[in-house]
Amino acid sequence: MAFHSVVCIKQVPDTTQVRIDPETGSLVRKGIPSVINPFDLFAVEAALRLRDEHGGTVTALCMGPPQAEEALRKVLGYGVDRAVLVTDRAFAGADTLATTYTLAAAIRKIAGARNDQKAAGNEGGEAGPRDADGEPVDLVFCGKQSIDGDTGQVGPGLARRLGFSQLTYVCSLLQIDPEKRKLRAWRQREDGRELLEADLPVAVTITEACNRIRYASLPDLLAAADKKIDTWRADDLDAERGRLGLKGSPTRVNRIFAPPVRQRGETVGEPGMEPAAVAALLFDRLSERGMKPGVARA
Amino acid sequence: MSAATSRYDAIVVGGGPAGLAAAYTLAKGGASVVCLERGDWSGSKNMMGGLIYSQPTGSVFPEFWREAPLERHVTRRDMWLATGDSAIKLSFETADFAVEPYNSFTVYRSSFDKWLSRQTAAAGALMIRETLVEDLLWDGGRIAGVRTGRPQGDLEADVVIIAEGVNTFLTEKAGLSPCPPRAANVALAVKEVLALPKERIEDRFDLDPGAGAAIEIIGETTGGLPGTGFIYTNRDTISVGVGVLLDSLVDNRAEAYNLLERFKQQSQVRRLIQGAAPREYSAHLIPEGGYSCMPRLYGDGVLVAGDAAGMVNAINSEGANLALLSGKMAAETVLACRERGDFSAAALGRYRLLLEDTVILKDLRKYDNATKFLSTHHHLFGLYPELMAALAREFLTVDQLSKAEKERLLLKLFRSQVPTRRLLKDFYQAWRALT
Repeated sequence: MAFHSVVCIKQVPDTTQVRIDPETGSLVRKGIPSVINPFDLFAVEAALRLRDEHGGTVTALCMGPPQAEEALRKVLGYGVDRAVLVTDRAFAGADTLATTYTLAAAIRKIAGARNDQKAAGNEGGEAGPRDADGEPVDLVFCGKQSIDGDTGQVGPGLARRLGFSQLTYVCSLLQIDPEKRKLRAWRQREDGRELLEADLPVAVTITEACNRIRYASLPDLLAAADKKIDTWRADDLDAERGRLGLKGSPTRVNRIFAPPVRQRGETVGEPGMEPAAVAALLFDRLSERGMKPGVARA
Repeated sequence: MSAATSRYDAIVVGGGPAGLAAAYTLAKGGASVVCLERGDWSGSKNMMGGLIYSQPTGSVFPEFWREAPLERHVTRRDMWLATGDSAIKLSFETADFAVEPYNSFTVYRSSFDKWLSRQTAAAGALMIRETLVEDLLWDGGRIAGVRTGRPQGDLEADVVIIAEGVNTFLTEKAGLSPCPPRAANVALAVKEVLALPKERIEDRFDLDPGAGAAIEIIGETTGGLPGTGFIYTNRDTISVGVGVLLDSLVDNRAEAYNLLERFKQQSQVRRLIQGAAPREYSAHLIPEGGYSCMPRLYGDGVLVAGDAAGMVNAINSEGANLALLSGKMAAETVLACRERGDFSAAALGRYRLLLEDTVILKDLRKYDNATKFLSTHHHLFGLYPELMAALAREFLTVDQLSKAEKERLLLKLFRSQVPTRRLLKDFYQAWRALT
């Protein structure tokens, strides 16, 4: 049985090059190249592997400015079947509430507006704009979080809005049971891993341990060049204007600041000193600070 | 060949100036072309601290200066003979270079090449990045395509244009290289980019807003090794570097980064870069073997352009312009051959004929012996600048010696360092090599 997956990807500033303006406290974005959120690439790979094993299609979905098309073009090169860009000034300034609202509306349209009519918070439905190529969605994949916002809320938010079950921080996708329509996966916790099972349709967020993005084949890359990227604006979605973008975002950023520079560690002793002498010096230093080093016996 | 294998009129290997000029010209001419670039994007592997010239660049990408990301238009070219603490400076400046079409620009090649690649894609060429071409596909004695490092990575075409840059793995595989790459035929350039506010650059280098300077420095700055130091002004950074023939580095057990440090300590250089914060450090090879080290430029189903073809004029520090022109000529050759459907060596040989008429082969031929001459005459880079500075210092120092006595003293000093016969010989050989 074939599955239809939607992978949400986000274009983010390449954080290896991001600086914070010490005067204004805002991100200096000028001249900073954009990359696909690295965690999203693990999500793309997870969706592609599922498709390669079971058949079906993978649709990539991105909300962002028109130049985010570059990110979609790139994942088409990995072998993604279809790409949808939702872009409109009305979407700008969205927090995770407005983002998930918009993405959920887009996913409903991708699904032909047939998914989960009874889902909690479902604003779409049969009456909404339908996508001619619409096909029910079985899985939604997201990276575990974005490297610029770092909230990790979009995946769970989508699950809630779409009425899907959710599996977060998945570090290993095990198997999908086409008969029972269940997905088994390992979930990363701070203190270990847990093996979980969820009913389809499901929203999954993927960690970096899950896989590694493939080196695309040449035919996939060449084919990607000719593929059309569907571009939808606010009017193309069944969505209320007031719930989009900045208007639909109750979150306000009061201040962004760079954390104070960490003090350099203290060096005890000098190169060439006897280890015993260094140890004695260390003992003294710790004692000076009121620490009482104990002695471990083997 | 599997059905999935795509077929194109032409494959261009390398997305630098030569490859992009070729792909752009081919696409504009209606040919289907794929350009394969190993880097994350065109220019990502580039470190050139040098100039882009308007005329040759504009002949491929018309009026590029209206949109391309450029740093400064260069209105001043300096040549210094320098010792550790002195410099004789020769400077040329003109307002003519400050108006369209300008003459040259400083650029960040990482953004400039990216822009060129966008123009090339917009013209209809298919740009494939992050893809290394590992081998050539043969059909008998004819080159029929390339093998990339990607899964199912074979690609066929009527003709392959090799624009792979200084490391000529494919040119060798194509059997076109005359000699194995040798340290004597390449220079190593190391460069730092230093940040300084725009206005301070303009004050310090005495420039109108937006105008730039290019300084070439011979002498102590390369520790007497055959090579030059350079300083280029960008919008709010300065590029500082040295380029030295690789074999002289090896022979003298010199480290390129030490040379660069020494260069930055030179009194007049230090003053220009004082307080500027380091942003980047990079190094690259430049093919400087000249005309006699050029590969055969064509074969059955293949052409070679740019650095891969050894098209660098080391004397005038020109390379990117020759690359652009040769890429364009290669593409024009392919377009002509496409009409007759003949991509044999005999037909593609037209490329060579086209090049004969350009500055590329004319200049390379003219300076054929120059690199060899310079690499065997180290004292041109050590002794002569030292001597010239000593003469200038002595002549300009006012003390109790009469001018006549000074002249005698200077002549004596000069002769003690350079015997007349050697001077005449150097002069004669330099004349032969450089004219």
